[in-house]
Amino acid sequence: MENKYENIVVFIEQRDGEIQKVALEIIGKARELAEKLNCKVIGALIGYNIKAKAQDVIAYGADEVAVVDNKLLEHYATEPYTKAVVKVIETLKPDIALYGATAIGRDLAPRVSGRIPTGLTADCTKLEIEEGTNALLMTRPAFGGNLMATIISTGPRPQMATVRAGVMKAMKRDDSRKGEIIEIDAGLTDADMNVKILEVVKGENKSVDISEAKILVSGGRGIGKKENLSMLRELADELGGEVSVSRALADAGYAEKALQVGQTGKTVHPNLYVACGISGAIQHLAGMEDSDFIIAINKDNTAPIFDVADLGIVGDLTKIVPKLTEAIKKYKAENAVK
Amino acid sequence: MKIIVCMKQVPDTTEVRIDPVTNTLIRDGVPSIINPDDKAGLEAALTIKEQVGGTVTVVSMGPPQADVALREALAMGADEAYLITDRKFGGADTIATSYTISSAIKMLDYDLIIAGRQAIDGDTAQVGPQIAESLGLPQVSYVERIEKIEEDKITVRRQFEDRYQIVEVKLPCLITTLSELNEPRYMSVAGIFGAYREKEVKKVTFEEMKEYVSEERLGLKGSCTKVKQSFPKQAKGKGTVHEVSEDEAVEIIMAKLIEKNLI
Repeated sequence: MENKYENIVVFIEQRDGEIQKVALEIIGKARELAEKLNCKVIGALIGYNIKAKAQDVIAYGADEVAVVDNKLLEHYATEPYTKAVVKVIETLKPDIALYGATAIGRDLAPRVSGRIPTGLTADCTKLEIEEGTNALLMTRPAFGGNLMATIISTGPRPQMATVRAGVMKAMKRDDSRKGEIIEIDAGLTDADMNVKILEVVKGENKSVDISEAKILVSGGRGIGKKENLSMLRELADELGGEVSVSRALADAGYAEKALQVGQTGKTVHPNLYVACGISGAIQHLAGMEDSDFIIAINKDNTAPIFDVADLGIVGDLTKIVPKLTEAIKKYKAENAVK
Repeated sequence: MKIIVCMKQVPDTTEVRIDPVTNTLIRDGVPSIINPDDKAGLEAALTIKEQVGGTVTVVSMGPPQADVALREALAMGADEAYLITDRKFGGADTIATSYTISSAIKMLDYDLIIAGRQAIDGDTAQVGPQIAESLGLPQVSYVERIEKIEEDKITVRRQFEDRYQIVEVKLPCLITTLSELNEPRYMSVAGIFGAYREKEVKKVTFEEMKEYVSEERLGLKGSCTKVKQSFPKQAKGKGTVHEVSEDEAVEIIMAKLIEKNLI
């Protein structure tokens, strides 16, 4: 029994007790992998006063939830979280451990991998089980998205990966699902808190997380002046989405860096990406080409953005965008549920 | 304050293209640069040195050509440079890389280690935290601002998707920096002369390290992951492009939005 590694553990990222979407997406994927491996999906829910959320993790597809609940886990800090996750892994001996490739997951998972020590594959966009060997195939972009690499773990178990947000699909919530909740004591002491969190400031840094947005209206150099961002805002509001920008606009100070899409900004994968006046430098494309549906509006019919666009419009965005906003408004008014 | 900066020389991925015929990466003629997040880390180190005094030592693992990147760091103002280089170190994944670098760092003296958050060729963000783990140091990653540096501690602003934390951490520790932390300085002319005439890049090979490392944890052999296959990203099927009047354009877009259930 001691040497048997089985099941899939998914780190359930939460902030302020709110489970992050990425964790549910990975649970959804893990569910698929578990069907192939004929094993269980176990959420690792780590935080403070967090146990009540375990049922949510089960409703989204976990078979069991391991809970580590401790005051020291109230805010994310590397060492207490690392210790908690390592304890969960030592206790449950999973074959696979998955984390969101977020600012927390990408801090935590490498630290865990170093402590075990075992391999870790970053920022995966695809996970599969290899026929025959049952090995986890982890596929990720490299070289700024120019190349994809499929990686396998050759180190000790578990096979570990961080998974990009917005790529996997969460299951539909099903409150009739039942599962066991296991409480684990990670033996944390005050000494584990080796940093002092003086202040936590929410929202101010990033009012909008564009990587979570379902619809993005994105502006590039072609919008001309800064004031034209407001017409993108109006379109985004009408579509129920957010505004993002290319690097050119972030560098010019038209918008904050947090709204920048691309290799040095955020990777986004909304259902709809409307690129307005964005020529489509490869670094930009690397950050948005996985969007489900891409509409590009650009004056230059040779712009590379048209190579990735599902629908390209050659024209003046400053004329088209306001008309489109009006058309959507009209359509919505006509089709409103009365 | 003794500061070590971990740096990587990377191909400028913004210049990397795919050969449309062979479907492979074209790396010829692609310039090598200091990884942007690391360069911000170096700038931060130089700024701290200006504020409180001390030394800045840059450490890089890579092929002999990485010498150029370390000379650039020296020309920017770093005091010492070490190139960890040996065929035995080649083919390393992040676990083997961090083991090798941390073993070399153990031979040096430090109060603070700064690494860039991630390299633009691999984008893993793993080596910094793994070095910290190897050395048993506290870490703060995703540092977007350095608030305060004191004799025995540093206070930084740590970025998350929806918030930031102001974190105080005792030295010695490791932080990883974001490129938006600062605007790295240029090399000075005197700095460039100095980097090639007065300063040297010290090579650290297996020979120098062999008493401190287990050979089976180095390079390809010491890696815990393996690339099974790599392939160029599949281009998405080409969509349609329309050069029509504005009203027609709006009609075409509306039809698609309705069809795709997006409004």
